[in-house]
Amino acid sequence: MRRWLPFEWIAALRFLAEGRMQTGFILGGIAIGVAVIVFMSAMLSGLQANFIKRVLTSQPQIQLIPPDEVARPLRGGPHEIEAAIVQRPSQRILSIDQWRTIREAMTARADVVTVSPSVSGAGLAVRGSAGRSVTLTGIEPEHYFRIVRVPDYIVQGETRLGTDDILIGTELANDLGVTLGDRMHVTTAQGGDRVLTIRGIFDLGNKGANQRSTFVALRTAQSLFNLIGGVTSIDMTVKDIYAAETIAREISASLPVQADSWIKTNAQFFTAVRAQQNSNTLIRLFVGLSVAFGIAAVLIVSVIQRSKDIGILRAMGARKGQILRVFLIQGGVLGFFGSLVGSAMGAGALVLWHSVARQADGSELFPLILSPGLFVVATLIATVTGVGAGTAPALRAAGLDPVEAIRG
Amino acid sequence: MADVIRLEGICKSYNVGLPTETEVLHGIDLALHEGEFVALMGPSGSGKSTLLNIVGLLDRPTSGTLFINGEDTTELGDAAITTLRGRAIGFVFQYHYLISAFTAHENVVMPMLLDRGHPDAAMERRADELLDWVGLSRWRDHKATNISGGQQQRVAIARALAMDPSLVLADEPTGNLDSVSADAVFELMRRINRDRGTSFLIVTHNLDLAQRCDRIVEVVDGRISGRVIPTLDAR
Repeated sequence: MRRWLPFEWIAALRFLAEGRMQTGFILGGIAIGVAVIVFMSAMLSGLQANFIKRVLTSQPQIQLIPPDEVARPLRGGPHEIEAAIVQRPSQRILSIDQWRTIREAMTARADVVTVSPSVSGAGLAVRGSAGRSVTLTGIEPEHYFRIVRVPDYIVQGETRLGTDDILIGTELANDLGVTLGDRMHVTTAQGGDRVLTIRGIFDLGNKGANQRSTFVALRTAQSLFNLIGGVTSIDMTVKDIYAAETIAREISASLPVQADSWIKTNAQFFTAVRAQQNSNTLIRLFVGLSVAFGIAAVLIVSVIQRSKDIGILRAMGARKGQILRVFLIQGGVLGFFGSLVGSAMGAGALVLWHSVARQADGSELFPLILSPGLFVVATLIATVTGVGAGTAPALRAAGLDPVEAIRG
Repeated sequence: MADVIRLEGICKSYNVGLPTETEVLHGIDLALHEGEFVALMGPSGSGKSTLLNIVGLLDRPTSGTLFINGEDTTELGDAAITTLRGRAIGFVFQYHYLISAFTAHENVVMPMLLDRGHPDAAMERRADELLDWVGLSRWRDHKATNISGGQQQRVAIARALAMDPSLVLADEPTGNLDSVSADAVFELMRRINRDRGTSFLIVTHNLDLAQRCDRIVEVVDGRISGRVIPTLDAR
C-alpha cells in the first residue's frame, strides 16, 4: 500500500486493477470517444482557420465606402405629399469625402492595424481584337499588400507598380494572349484610356478572380476614373478579426462613410461556420454521453459484483462517504486515463489524416493545429464526465445495507 | 465484571406498518461480560443472525435498548454507529469475506485504514503482529483468494482483532471448514479470548464447539429459551 494515498484511492485503484478486462474495455471505449472528439475538434478548427485565412487574405476586414446616393424629393410645403414612387438613383463612382482626414483618424485607432486607400471600378482591357471587362483597383502597394497578400500569389514578374504598370490574373493573361512585359490598352466608362505594361501575373486560386481582378497604382486608377485626388474606398485590417463588425458600426455611426466588415459581407460563410460548429458540438455531446453511459454501466456492474466487499467494508467501519468516494474516484480515473489515451489516439489520427488528405494542388487540406488547450479541456471534461457518470453507481454503493450486501 | 454488551427488551420487526409485519425478536434481554466466550445456538430461522446483526450495529432494533461498553446506542446517528462498530466490534463470517483485491496483510490493515484514512507504519506493524499471532506470517503477501479456507478464516480473525475490539462477533465461523480446520480456528479464537481478554459471541450449530464455550445461549422463535445447556467447563 502506498502510504501517501488515502483509503479511497487505494481501494479504487485496486478494484480497477482487479477487474482488468472490464477496466480495459471501458478505457478503450472512453479512449475512442475522446479520440473522436479530439480529432473532430482539431480538424474542424483547422479547416475553419484555413477558411478564415483564405477569406481574410483576399479581402479587407473593414472597407469604408461613400454612402449610397439617395433621391430626396423636394416638398413644396409641410402638408404636401411626397411622390409615391421614388426612383433610386444610379450609383456613380464617388470619392469618400474628406478621405485623408478619415484615413488619419483610422490610422490613429488602437484597434486598427493597416489602412489603405484605393480606387476601384470597372474597365475594359483590350489587346488587339480581344477585349475583357475587368475590375481595376488602384492601390498603394506598400499598404494594400499588407491587407490582400497579392505578392503571395504572384506566379510571374513582380508586384512593383509604376504609373504605367498593371498586375493581372493568369486567366486574363490567357484570354488576351499576353505575358509579362506586354502592353495592353485599358479604358473606363469615365473616359480614361491608358496603355499599361504587365508587371506581374498572379493566381488567386479562383478562375473568376483571375479573369477580372487587376491592380494598378492609385494615381493611375484616379486618372482612369477621372477621380483625381479622390479614393472610392479605405480598406483596413483590425487587431481582433471578430470585433470587425462592432468597429465597423462604430465608424459608420461617427463618420460620413458606410463601413462594411468582412463578417457582414461574408454572412453565408459565417452561417456555414456556425452550422459546422453546431454539428460538431452535437456530435461531441452525443459521444460524451455514450462515454458517460459506458462508465456508469461498468461501475454499476462493479457495484453489484462488489456488494459483498462493500458490505464487509461497511461492517468494518467504512463510512458511506468513503464508499461513495471509492466509486467516484473510479469514474474519474477511468475518464482521466481514457482521455489521455484518447487524446494521443486523436492526435495520431489527425497527423495521419493531415498527411494523407490533400487538396487538388497538393497543398494541405487544413493546417495541423494541435493546441495543448484542446487536450487539457478534453482531459478535464472526460474526468468530470467520469466522476459524474460514477455518481449513480457510487450512491448505490454507499446506500447498500451492509446486512443485505453481506447476505448477497 | 462489566458488560461488553447489554440488551434490554430488544424487539425486531420487518415490514413495520404493513399487513405483512412480522416480529422476529420478541423482547430479548441478554448481557455479555468482559472476557466471556459465549455460543449462540438455535434452529434455523430462530432469529440468531438477526440478533447478531443488531448486536453488531449492522441493524437497528424496532424497540428496546442496546448498550455497547456501557454506551446506549439507541440515539446514536449513522456516523457514530459506524465509528463505534469499527472500533468496538470485530466480525468473523462463515464465508471469510476477505476482500479479494488485497493481500492477507492488507486485509488485516483495512479496519485501521478505514478508521485513520491513510496507511502508516504502525498499522502495518500491527497487521504483521496479528498475522504472526494467527500463524500466517509467511502468507502475508498472498492475495486473499490464493490461500486455503482455514487460512482465510484465520486472516479474517486477525482482521477482526485489528482495532483491538472489546467484542468479536462470529457468525458460524467454522461452518464452512473441515473438522481439523474448524477445530484449529475455534482454538485460535479461544486462545485470543484467554490471552487478550477479548469477548466472543459465536453463532454455531455445532454443539461440540458450543460446549467448549463459557456459556451457551439458545434462541428459539425469537426468544431466549430458559433451557440450560451445560458446557464442558460446567461439567
